[in-house]
Amino acid sequence: MAVTNNTMILRRELLTRIIKLLHNNTLEENIDRIPYEMRPKGYEEVSRCCVYKDRAMLKYRAMGVLGFGIDEEEDEMTSLADYTRMAFDRDHVSENPLSVMTDACSACVKVNYVVTNMCRGCVARPCEVNCNKGAIHFVNGQAQIDSAKCVNCGLCMKNCPFHAIIYIPVPCEESCPVGAISKDDTGREHIDPEKCIYCGRCLSACPFGAVVEKSHLVELFKAFKSPKPVVALVAPAVAGQFKTSLGNIMGAVKKLGFDDVIEVAKGADVTTKNEAAEFAEKMEEGQAFMTTSCCPSYYMLAHKHIPEVAPFVSHTRSPMYYAAEIARKQYPDATIVFVGPCVAKRKEAYYDPNVDLMLSFEELGTMFVAMGVDFADDTAVALDSDIMPSSRGYAATEGVMGAVASALPDSFKDRIKPIVINGIDKQAIKDLRGYAKSCPGNMVEVMACEGGCVNGCNVIANPKVATRQVKDLAK
Amino acid sequence: MEKLTVRICTGTLCYIMGGAELQLLGDYLPESLADKVEIRGATCLDFCNQEGQGKAPFVLVGEELVTGATVAKVVEVIKQKLG
Repeated sequence: MAVTNNTMILRRELLTRIIKLLHNNTLEENIDRIPYEMRPKGYEEVSRCCVYKDRAMLKYRAMGVLGFGIDEEEDEMTSLADYTRMAFDRDHVSENPLSVMTDACSACVKVNYVVTNMCRGCVARPCEVNCNKGAIHFVNGQAQIDSAKCVNCGLCMKNCPFHAIIYIPVPCEESCPVGAISKDDTGREHIDPEKCIYCGRCLSACPFGAVVEKSHLVELFKAFKSPKPVVALVAPAVAGQFKTSLGNIMGAVKKLGFDDVIEVAKGADVTTKNEAAEFAEKMEEGQAFMTTSCCPSYYMLAHKHIPEVAPFVSHTRSPMYYAAEIARKQYPDATIVFVGPCVAKRKEAYYDPNVDLMLSFEELGTMFVAMGVDFADDTAVALDSDIMPSSRGYAATEGVMGAVASALPDSFKDRIKPIVINGIDKQAIKDLRGYAKSCPGNMVEVMACEGGCVNGCNVIANPKVATRQVKDLAK
Repeated sequence: MEKLTVRICTGTLCYIMGGAELQLLGDYLPESLADKVEIRGATCLDFCNQEGQGKAPFVLVGEELVTGATVAKVVEVIKQKLG
């Protein structure tokens, strides 16, 4: 999500500072200064209680930028310079892309219902009478909720005639569609990798910015320094991220140090063709419906949480997969870097045989700033005219459906009955469960993010603006 | 009457620090102001390179510099100017 709030600005400022140092080859010497530069003595606009805590949290956040999970900390005294050295010495960034800075997590309310001082201590006391768990008692004439007994049913709030009991959400838990983030005994949040579908909602939802994504930036700069070519694969959503043309964006990517830039839309051409053929085949076989498979978050959702839907997910691979395959043929020994909008793609890239690294749009944008790279017409890359315009439309909701529908053999064109799931939430999961029993359509497009990839958790542009730019290109 | 010019910096620094949201300024302008204002994108206004000018994103409403600009902040300044 392109949320404009201070956690996002803090993250981008830190990224910019680290990339500047990486670019100048002076990261190890200077990285431990960054928290002090961002929060010097006497700094008044502190984010938390004091500059000291701000600095400590910036250090953890920097660990993420260096590609370490916060849970990988073994010794609190390990300096960022030490982590930098370890990052340069390691083979690769470990698998799970998300971790929680438990010390930044404010351990939001354990019980979602709170009695405010609007409680009049009335005679009726319907909160107490209606609580089946005996969790409410009165102290000094005011209701209190016993957190050990409360089960968050909400009956007390519903029954209070003074609206004195309020609901306080836990934003990360509330945003997670699959219940993968939850509290430990001390109230701090942890992400269960078995359940997580890497949609990145918690990343955007936490008001304390406590969820941190591991970056591959050190690996990327290592690749820039190696003699092997470095090739960027840019996801279709990139076209909406900056106020300039796709050709200019690709030209700027090259100026960062990439030897070649390939549109993932080239791989989307293959996805469209294969998906259309697979749909026709499945319909011939009498399968009730088929769903898309290119959103990795949905793919993980189906396989981890809705096993009854998994058999209906198409076997066609994602545009990233095919684009990487094409790039690998052209550059057998290159470091191939997928540039994309979300953390789910980072997870998918980890398992892709041809993708070596992943760079998020947010990281890309901060690289442009840190390295002083501008968009310019005279350095624009000419767009590959063989790519179908519809492949550039994959990034917006209904884009995949439109591309597949138009590529169907004539005899199937009027047989397709599309259903679009625009964003995964609890209702969408219920709907999908229902489709496994009886589906009102026969082709289902699922995008984890509302609006499509243009609204991924790592985008820069407002999704409305980005959608306009993407759709213009897909015409 | 001459229109009030609003120049939104579209330099990359401003853009990633929240300037991207300002692209929607036109959608949020009250109807009574919409035809009195001309919104323009501007290539880097260079405030980001000057010490002490405040934080990105930068917007110029007429001659007045708005720092840490948000849609709401800019609309407010426009209202004051045209009030």
